Amino acid sequence: MKDQELKTTILQLLSKIAPDIDPQELEMDANIREVFGIDSFDFLQFIIGLDEEFGITTPEEDYGKITTLNTLMAYLKLASNKQV
Amino acid sequence: MIEFTMPSLGADMEDGTLAEWRVKSGDFVKRGDIIADVDTQKGLIEIEVFDEGTIHELIVKEGEKVPVGTVMATIIPAQEKISADVKTAPAPASKSKIKKESIKPAVKRVVTKGIDHLKISPLAKRMAVEKGIDVSTIKGSGPQGSIVKKDIDLAVAMKAESHVEVTGGKKERAAEGVRAAIASAMSRSNREIPHFYLETRIDMSKALDWLSQSNKQTELKDRLLSVVLLIKATAKAIREVPAVNAYWKNGLELKNVINIGFAVSLREGGVVIPAIPEADKKSLNELMALLNDLIPRARALQLRSSELSQSTITLTNIGEGSTDKVFGIIYPPQVAIIGFGNIVEEAWAENGALSTRPVVHVTLAADHRAIDGYLGGRFLMALKKNLQNPAAL
Repeated sequence: MKDQELKTTILQLLSKIAPDIDPQELEMDANIREVFGIDSFDFLQFIIGLDEEFGITTPEEDYGKITTLNTLMAYLKLASNKQV
Repeated sequence: MIEFTMPSLGADMEDGTLAEWRVKSGDFVKRGDIIADVDTQKGLIEIEVFDEGTIHELIVKEGEKVPVGTVMATIIPAQEKISADVKTAPAPASKSKIKKESIKPAVKRVVTKGIDHLKISPLAKRMAVEKGIDVSTIKGSGPQGSIVKKDIDLAVAMKAESHVEVTGGKKERAAEGVRAAIASAMSRSNREIPHFYLETRIDMSKALDWLSQSNKQTELKDRLLSVVLLIKATAKAIREVPAVNAYWKNGLELKNVINIGFAVSLREGGVVIPAIPEADKKSLNELMALLNDLIPRARALQLRSSELSQSTITLTNIGEGSTDKVFGIIYPPQVAIIGFGNIVEEAWAENGALSTRPVVHVTLAADHRAIDGYLGGRFLMALKKNLQNPAAL
């Protein structure tokens, strides 16, 4: 999956959780949870969405690796490759 | 004859507008059935019935605003037969004009797919027009296959799946209502209730270790959040110090059942507090499943009447992800609110040594008319102790 498609899918998932925030405002190295005001409940929904969308399994100890768009995209690419 | 009245969904509610009847005269209803949607300051609420029987008469009309306690419908109890006695029973007192409807036997009819005309409730009809939904394409889920609000909601959701848009002003109005409800309840609380506050900090290492071990073995969808540990530990502490679980109405009324009101913040501002019924008797998994159902519905302002009126104490976890401490204002007629801050790493001194630990600051705001500092302190100590033994929660 190309970077742009990856980003679009992530932003769509975030829009579902926080419809009041414009996802385009999210900078690549900004903290996603802080920008979108996502609590632990919404974050879990986001992870469930990612896992369904990309066919991966994200363990809880990896939550710390996916705080920004940059780190999340890198993580997803790596995880998707492992699954294949 | 049972009188079904406009319920009070909290100390701050004075009246409600009947948006839609989900039943009609002659329908059989049982405890827990949702029989109406009522527009309140807390959004459109599904109203449940707490008796079993046959709907005799729908007194309040759709669109009518009535005060709390007004008889909205009459129900013939299940054990009573529809007899001549019932017909001669005195009409319930109501200012509204009563539209007489004949009593129909509660026999389930076969729903035939009528092609001649569509059955649709006035609320659903109005919503369909507002949202531009073609009702002829919708399969109704209401009585006799009629189209009700839920069906329109579903159609709207499907239509706008990729693009969430709040239109029609309905949600904005509901949000304004929430604001007004909070203003009224909190002003009253601050005016009438002599609050006192206690705070302690709790080492969360054992609880978080247990949680991460437990989550490793479970599917993503069944993972627990730390808040369920806080809820269960609170519920068990209430069992040990029941004085905090009470109402103050012309005196103290201790509550036997532990229904924890869980504060859910709305993104657009405002808070709603649905109840977690009998939280002390639920397992951690059951509590998590309940939150999975409750939180999205609370945020969409789609709660049931019982969920808004049953709480006996409030728990707020609103500090999560942001602030270290939360000092709450009690929701009357309750006598206590427990506030959890964010779980953060702090320096911790124990046995003469310093280390860092994940710590949560918990506060108790209590009504001094009802309880005293001694009991409040015991409650917080019980809570602390429970969180040191997560496997037993």
